[in-house]
Amino acid sequence: MKPLIFASRNGKEILRDPLNLAFGIGFPLVLMLLLSAIQANIPVSLFEIEHLAPGIAVFGLSFLALFSGTLIAKDRSTSYLMRLYAAPLRAADFILGYALPLLPIAVAQSAVCFATSIGLGLKPDIGTLAAIAVLLPAAALYIGIGLLAGSVFTDKQVGGICGALLTNVSAWLSGTWFDLNLVGGTFKQIAEVLPFSHAVDAARAAAAGDWGAVFPHLWWVIGYAAVANTAAAAVFGKKMRSDNN
Amino acid sequence: MTAVEAKCLIKEYKGKPAVSGLDLTVEKGELFALLGVNGAGKTTTIKMLCCLTRPTKGDAFLLGDSVLSNRAAVKAKINLSPQETAVARNLTVRENLELIARLYGCGKKAAESRAAEMLDNFGLFPAAKDKAKTLSGGMQRRLSIAMALISKPEILFLDEPTLGLDVLARRELWAEIKKLKGHITVILTTHYMEEAEALSDRIGIMANGELKACGTARELMEWTGAGNFEDAFVALATQQEGTV
Repeated sequence: MKPLIFASRNGKEILRDPLNLAFGIGFPLVLMLLLSAIQANIPVSLFEIEHLAPGIAVFGLSFLALFSGTLIAKDRSTSYLMRLYAAPLRAADFILGYALPLLPIAVAQSAVCFATSIGLGLKPDIGTLAAIAVLLPAAALYIGIGLLAGSVFTDKQVGGICGALLTNVSAWLSGTWFDLNLVGGTFKQIAEVLPFSHAVDAARAAAAGDWGAVFPHLWWVIGYAAVANTAAAAVFGKKMRSDNN
Repeated sequence: MTAVEAKCLIKEYKGKPAVSGLDLTVEKGELFALLGVNGAGKTTTIKMLCCLTRPTKGDAFLLGDSVLSNRAAVKAKINLSPQETAVARNLTVRENLELIARLYGCGKKAAESRAAEMLDNFGLFPAAKDKAKTLSGGMQRRLSIAMALISKPEILFLDEPTLGLDVLARRELWAEIKKLKGHITVILTTHYMEEAEALSDRIGIMANGELKACGTARELMEWTGAGNFEDAFVALATQQEGTV
């Protein structure tokens, strides 16, 4: 119960910051509208909406790391977390409290992204809903990365690492903007070892109703998400003890 | 009845003592002030008593429960208003209060009822729907203390409650703190002499991690032969050896 109570506070803190909404929902939508406009005026298939929408949805989710990381880092930098440390809460209550409110936000982000895609010509079907569900492990991955960064770095550092570095690395290596085969070589090998392109490919497969192609990619994402969240819980617990020593 | 009993409490950071062998007893319902200059060891003492930092040696008992072996029981009985204003900035005043009440185990209705009580007691009703970040420094500090009281703690720790406030806000907050006397055990830290003198039943003078003296303001002046409390504090805080 306590993680849910703490989660309600964290959800409000995130949603009441207009910058979060602008980056988490507004920016990806602007990009999608822009790229769709480009697609309408070029003769080749570069940004077809069926291909673009899952990629943009993953790009939008990458901002979850910024949200969770900034919140936890800001709390650590003020006496607010000291107040909460004195309350009867365990380390697990804190981690769950920070992570839980971001899951519904992730679903809302993906839903808004696909709804806009439908407006741009995506044919809605069961695959669209499946893609939103398939994106949940990717959301968990970004949340875990944010919690880990927020447990270690200051809020300004989190802004640089999660806001600039992660969103760019994640976007370039996801295959959203261009086919990774076009670059090939080491770039493609790195992209295939990291989870971002797998998250996009899993969502594309789900959106296309190609169920058999979903799971090989999704396992990568689930594995990385498990590692990121386990590391975040361990590091937060350790910092919780050391912050107070 | 004893509310707080510290027995030879020691805290060292990388071998350097922050608090050295603190022995202290605070009675139930007493308002006790730890007075000292910056770095005297006041906040470290509070952190040990609140289970926020583990003593290097020694132990403390809060209403009979050890800060070492029964942290959960201690945490359920206490609350803390930290040195800096500690509020959730994007939550309203009412939401801040209800959140803390619920984290300490209150149901939704009980939390709402207690929040209304705190809003009333601390003159926060007009700002109940305002986000905490929009409040003045004095109002934020008042909210911070109300948040510490909403769990109905048996022992309340106030770490430098009026630090950085202007004279009027400080006097308003003093009035709120005075109302707590006799109802709840309060341990506050301060480096304002007039604050310790005006509010406290007894005062502990800390310097260099040691409790140099403990008594009422009048007793401390008598022991040192000082004409005013500030002179008594200086005499005690700068004495080289021993405890009065």
